[in-house]
Amino acid sequence: MTHSSDFNAEKASNLKVIGTRPARPDGVDKVTGRARFGADMNLPGQLVGRILRSPHPHAIIKSIDTSAAEALDGVKAVVTRDDFAENPDNHAVLCNVMAREKALYEGHTVAAVAASTATIARKALKLINVDYEPLPHVTDVDAAMQPDAPVLHDTIFTSGVDPVPTIPSNIVARCEFGHGDVEAGFAKADIIVERELKTAATHQGYIEPHACVASVSTDGMSELWCCTQGHFDDRKICAALLGIDVSRLRVTASEIGGGFGGKTTVFIEPVALALSRKAGRPVKIVMSREEVFKASGPTASTSMRVKIGVTNDGRMTACDGEFRLQGGAFEGSPFDSAAMTAFACYDLENVKSVAFDVVVNRPKGAAYRAPGAPMSVYGVESVVDEVALKIGMDPIEFRLKNAVRDGSQSSYGPKFGPNGLVETLEAAKAHPQYKTPLGPNQGRGIASGFWFNYGGETCSNLNINADGTVTLAVGTPDIGGSRASMCMMAAEELGIPYDSVRATVVDTGALGFNEGSYGSRVTYASGLAIINAAQQAITEMCKRASMMWDIPADAVTWEDGYAKPSGANAGEFEPMSLAEIAAIAANTGGPIAGHREHNADSAGISFGTHIVDTEVDPETGRVDVLRYTVIQDAGKAIHPDYVEGQFQGGAVQGIGWALNEEYIYGDDGKLQNAGFLDYRVPVASDLPMIDTVIVEVPNPGHPYGVRGVGETGIVPPLAAVANSVSAAAGVRLSELPMSPPRVLKAMDDAKQAAE
Amino acid sequence: MVQVNISGIMRKTEDSPTVFEVEAKNIRQLLVNLEKHYPEMKPHLDKGVAVSVDGTIYRDNWFQSIQPDSEVYLVPRLAGG
Amino acid sequence: MSGTHVSTTINGDAVEYVCDVEETLLDVLRNRLGLTGAKEGCSTGDCGACSVTVDGRLTCSCLMLAVEAEGHEIGTIEGVANGSELHPIQQKILDHAALQCGVCTPGVVVAVKALLEKNPDPTETEVRYWLAGNLCRCTGYDKIIRAVMDAASEMRGS
Ligand code: FES
Ligand code: FES
Repeated sequence: MTHSSDFNAEKASNLKVIGTRPARPDGVDKVTGRARFGADMNLPGQLVGRILRSPHPHAIIKSIDTSAAEALDGVKAVVTRDDFAENPDNHAVLCNVMAREKALYEGHTVAAVAASTATIARKALKLINVDYEPLPHVTDVDAAMQPDAPVLHDTIFTSGVDPVPTIPSNIVARCEFGHGDVEAGFAKADIIVERELKTAATHQGYIEPHACVASVSTDGMSELWCCTQGHFDDRKICAALLGIDVSRLRVTASEIGGGFGGKTTVFIEPVALALSRKAGRPVKIVMSREEVFKASGPTASTSMRVKIGVTNDGRMTACDGEFRLQGGAFEGSPFDSAAMTAFACYDLENVKSVAFDVVVNRPKGAAYRAPGAPMSVYGVESVVDEVALKIGMDPIEFRLKNAVRDGSQSSYGPKFGPNGLVETLEAAKAHPQYKTPLGPNQGRGIASGFWFNYGGETCSNLNINADGTVTLAVGTPDIGGSRASMCMMAAEELGIPYDSVRATVVDTGALGFNEGSYGSRVTYASGLAIINAAQQAITEMCKRASMMWDIPADAVTWEDGYAKPSGANAGEFEPMSLAEIAAIAANTGGPIAGHREHNADSAGISFGTHIVDTEVDPETGRVDVLRYTVIQDAGKAIHPDYVEGQFQGGAVQGIGWALNEEYIYGDDGKLQNAGFLDYRVPVASDLPMIDTVIVEVPNPGHPYGVRGVGETGIVPPLAAVANSVSAAAGVRLSELPMSPPRVLKAMDDAKQAAE
Repeated sequence: MVQVNISGIMRKTEDSPTVFEVEAKNIRQLLVNLEKHYPEMKPHLDKGVAVSVDGTIYRDNWFQSIQPDSEVYLVPRLAGG
Repeated sequence: MSGTHVSTTINGDAVEYVCDVEETLLDVLRNRLGLTGAKEGCSTGDCGACSVTVDGRLTCSCLMLAVEAEGHEIGTIEGVANGSELHPIQQKILDHAALQCGVCTPGVVVAVKALLEKNPDPTETEVRYWLAGNLCRCTGYDKIIRAVMDAASEMRGS
C-alpha cells in the first residue's frame, strides 16, 4: 500500500517552487523592527512581575514571610509555593517553576511579586523574608555520583539496575544499548584506544530572554502571550499546574528570538498566570540575561569513557562507551539519546553504550539541539580520530570503511533505512577544503554525527480565499523561516505562485494540538500536513469544477493550478483556475479549505560530516577557525537558504561549545559567569565563512524526500574542532571547552614530557 | 509471535534477557501483551516507551501494524531540541 | 515620584518624555514610547540588540540613561526605512536570508547603517569586527556578512 506520505520520485524530480529561494513572508517586519517578540507585548492595566530567586545552591526553605512585601504600596500580588497545588504528574516542572521544600540551585524561584512599577516590584522582593537552612551542595557530575555526595532528592533510587538500590542517590537511571560481545571484539583488535573525556555545560544562548504576558479574568478565562517553541505544550502544562481547563487558556506564540530547545518548556509562564489570577490584572514577566543563565534550561555537562578497538586495516571490532550526564536538579538529562547516538555512524558487530542520568545543584536542563548527541559524539569521534591516526589511515577513508549504510544495524538496535552518511563522507573527500594545504600550527579535523529527527502530533489548515490567494494556519512557531517553507509547499502542490500564499502561526484556539518547533520536525511534520491539506483542497476544487461542467468529480484532474477535464472529457471544457473556482465557491457549496491532522512518524534520520581547519597560537593557546565546511543530508531542501542557515548556525554553536562556552561554578555552588561578557558565544570576528554542502538522499517517508535539518548540524563540530586543534597543537585535549589556558597548558605539558 | 528487543533503562544487568516474544498484530497489542506476560516491565511501559518497527520509531501510534517477522525494538521516547 | 522631563529628537521627530533617572534609553524607547524595535538581549552592552544611533554614533541604548538623550538626535530601527522603501541593508538581509529568528536583526541593521555611513567600502574583516558587538545565535554570521558586503557594494553603485 502506498501512502500520501511515501516518497514520490517522479514528483520529487519535477518540483517548481521547492528548491528556490524566495524572500520570507515575515521578513519585512523583522528587518524594520515591527515584528513583535515576547517582550514587545503590553496589555492595558498590566503589572510588572519580578521573581525572587534562591541565593543558595541547596537549602531547605523553612518559611517564607511575604507580609511586608504585600503591605508595600503598589504591590498587587505575591505568590509562593503555597499558590501552586501539588501535581504528581508534573512534579519536576512544578518544583522547578516554584521551589517547594528545598531550593535546589542558585537562581531557583522562591517567590514572585506583581506590582505597578518595576521599582516597586524590586523593592517588594527585598521585603520577602525567606528562612533558609543551607545544605551541602554538588555541581559536578562525577562528584554527584560518589556515594558520599550530598543527595538532592531522597526519592531517587537508581532505576535501570538490578537489584534496585535501597538508599537514595543522585543517580536517577542507567541505560544500556548495543549488541554483540565487546570483549570478544576487543580480543580481535590490533589497536585499542581508551580515553576519559569531559564537556562543560553550555546554554542555548538565544538572544531573546524568556518573556510573557498573562491575563486571567475573574471568570477564569485566561490568556498567555509568550515566546515559546510550543504554545500548545505550554497551554497543556500551564493548565495542569494552575488547575485551569485547557479550553479556558488561550496561548499565543509571539515571534521567537531563538530557542534551540531552550524554549520547549515553561519557567515564568505559570508564575505570571498565578500572579495575574491573584492580582486580577495582566502581569508581564521578562527575564534578565542573568536569570536566563541561572534559571532557564542549559544543557548537560558530561564525563565519559570511550574505548574503541580496530584492526590494522581499519575495521572497528568493538566499541564501548560510558556517558555520565547531569541534567541539573531534576531527572531528565539527555542520557539516553547520548548513549544511542554515540556510535550511530558506525556499522558495528560489537558495541555497548551505557549512560547515567545524574542530578546536581544546577538549573533543570532543557533540550538543546540534538540533546545529548554532541557530547557523546565528541568522545567517540575524538577516539575514532586517534585510532585512524594510529593505524595511519585517512580519517574519511576510515569512516567510509565503517560507516552505516542502508540496512546496517544501528548501534542502538533497529536497522537503518536509506541514509546519506556515505554521501556526506564522499562529499567531504571531494571538497576543496579537504585538499587545501595547511601551514605551521594549523590542523584539520573531521567528524561525523547523527540525529534521529522527530515528527509528532501536528495539524495545519489551508484556506482558499475568494480572490484566489491562500492562507495557511500553522501551529508550530516560526523559529527560522518556516513560514516561507510552508508557503512554498502549498504553492507547489496547488500550482500557484509562492506570493499567493501566506502563512500565520495561529494561537491555541485556532487549531488542534500541535507539538512545538523542536526535534527538527517543523518542515517535515507541519509541512507534510500542509501538503496533505492542499491535496484535500484540490480534491474539493476538482469536485466544484466537475459540478460546473456537469461531469463526474473523478473525471477532473488538477494540473499547474488548474482543474482540467480528463479521460473522455479531456479538452471538452476550458480549464478552471484556482482563482476562478475560488471566486464562485459560495455558489458551489461554500468556502473551500483543506486540513490535516496527523501523528507523523517518518521524519527520516540524518547524518552530517564537518571539516574544520584551525590554527593554534603557540604563545597564547588561542585557537582561530580558518575554514569550516558543513556537509549534511537534508533529504530534500525546501528553501536551501534556510537549510544552509540551520547548518551554519548549528556549526557555530558547536564551535562555541568546543572553544569558549562553559558554565563555571565556584566552590560556593554559584554560577560565576552569568552574562555574555564572561559566557562567551562566538562573535562575527571569531569566524570565517561557514561553507555548506547540502546532500539529498530522499527520506522514503516524505513525498519530496524531506528530512529534518535543524539539529544534526551541532553534533559533529565539537569533535571536528577538537580533532583539528589536536592536529594543530600536536597534543590531544580531553576536555571542552578548549579555552586558551587549557590549550596552552596541554602544549606546555607535552613539551615538558618530551624534554 | 513477534520478537521484541529491549534496550536502554529496561536492560538491567549484563545477563538479563534482551529479547521477549509476544503475540501482537499492532503496537497496542504488543504493549498490552508485554505487560501481561512480563509484569516486571509495567513500570517502564507506564512511564512511556516508543516502539521501533522495521526501523521507524513510533511514539504513540497504537494501531501501527506489526508483522510476525518485523524487527521490533522498545526504545526511549525522544523528541529533540 | 518626580520624573525628569526630556526633549529630544527621535528619527527626525521632536519627542518629549518624562522618565525616572534610573531608566535607560532602551527602557524609555520600549516602555514609554512604544518603539519596541530595539531589543533587550542583555542590558549590559554585550549583545547589540538594543543598538541605536546618538547623533549618528552607534550606541547601546541599554547603557545610556534616558535623561542623557536631552538635546540629542536618536536614530532607531523604526527610522531606518524611508517610509515603505527599505534601506539597502534591510533589503539585502532579506535577499540573503540573513536572519533566522530575527531578534538580532534590528540591532544589526542599525549597526551596519552606521558602519556604511562612515566606511562605504569595508573589508570583510572590518565588517566582522564592526559587528563583533552584535550577537547572532542563529545564523553563524555567514549570511549576515554576505548581505553587508552586497549592500555596501550596491550603495557604492558598483
Ligand atoms: S541589550 Fe544592550 S547590548 Fe544587549
Ligand atoms: S537571527 Fe536569531 S539571533 Fe540572529
